[in-house]
Amino acid sequence: MEYQTPLAKARGLGSAKTGTKHWWMQRVTAVALVPLSFWLILFIDQLLHASYAEIREWLISPLNFTLLLAWAFTGFYHSALGLQVVIEDYVNPDGLKIVMVWVIKLTFTAMAIASLVFTIRIAVLAG
Amino acid sequence: MVEFTLPKNSVVKQGKHFAVANGATRVKRVEVYRWDPETDENPRIDSYDIDLDQCGEMVLDIILKIKDEIDSSLAFRRSCREGVCGSCSMNVNGKNILVCIKAIADYKGTIKIFPLPHMDVVKDLVADMTHFYAQYASIKPWIATQTPPPADRERLQSVEKRKQLDGLYECVLCACCSASCPSYWWNSEKYLGPAVLLQAHRWLSDSRDEHTGERLDDLQDPFKLYRCHTIMNCTDTCPKGLNPAKAIAEIKKMLLVREGG
Repeated sequence: MEYQTPLAKARGLGSAKTGTKHWWMQRVTAVALVPLSFWLILFIDQLLHASYAEIREWLISPLNFTLLLAWAFTGFYHSALGLQVVIEDYVNPDGLKIVMVWVIKLTFTAMAIASLVFTIRIAVLAG
Repeated sequence: MVEFTLPKNSVVKQGKHFAVANGATRVKRVEVYRWDPETDENPRIDSYDIDLDQCGEMVLDIILKIKDEIDSSLAFRRSCREGVCGSCSMNVNGKNILVCIKAIADYKGTIKIFPLPHMDVVKDLVADMTHFYAQYASIKPWIATQTPPPADRERLQSVEKRKQLDGLYECVLCACCSASCPSYWWNSEKYLGPAVLLQAHRWLSDSRDEHTGERLDDLQDPFKLYRCHTIMNCTDTCPKGLNPAKAIAEIKKMLLVREGG
């Protein structure tokens, strides 16, 4: 027999008092990715046509170096935010949900760090 | 949680067919979802041929005709028959509507009548609204003030401020929008859904209310509010022509303004 009232169930654990930042950053990063992705097309165009030395030369200019990292960080951040929403939407058991959300957060953090390391490596160490 | 297949006892079977009496010239085929909790049988689709010359103009008239003249065991809700009570919300040909304000003439072929989707069924076309109403109660849909009312009159509101409630107060809580929202299907235990959030915005927009901050506190939650992904089914389906998606966007905007960006 179920004695909990419908209102108690509807209220549940109450408000988490968060969510605005997550929702807003998803929008901000989406807008930021529009110009950054146009720049990325230029970069990919270079990759297809230029030699390694030429690309390296192009990449180590402060502007292109900054834009590449900006695209990577914004893209990974946006992806992590978006995938977290997918998990929250479709995975119901609380334990599994928390684990999966953290797998996503850590994976994309690792990818952001790796992109930083490899970009520096190309620009500074290699060649 | 997402479920892509129906449980065995929910698989819908073919039901009985009720033919129309001879001599009818304008016949409409109507299929109706039937389920009786007092039997162990699966839900079934009964089909009825309706003589439109002997029937009223609205989809509700068909259901009333079936109940009155063909099969009195059919269960459904209706009251006002003019779109102000919100009782007769159902899913007809894939869209949630109030059947009392929807003309039969709007449908070309067979009319298929189901209860509101993704809600527990009490019987036939009657959906269980318990949780929906509890969620409505949870947003405290009444004025909350600290200042006592004036001794000699009601709480006043300017014409301009009153206008801010237009498009919100007309909601009849039929649940057509909430039952059309995929986010509400997957997470209705926590997500408040478009109807309740539109009502929440109605009280956030009321210039006489003094608890806007507390109301926003209660809504700021990844599940209660932010499960809305602007799918817009709510606005598309609302039989009163309201815009719950916009109301939810306004709540998100208020929260963002409060945080300062």
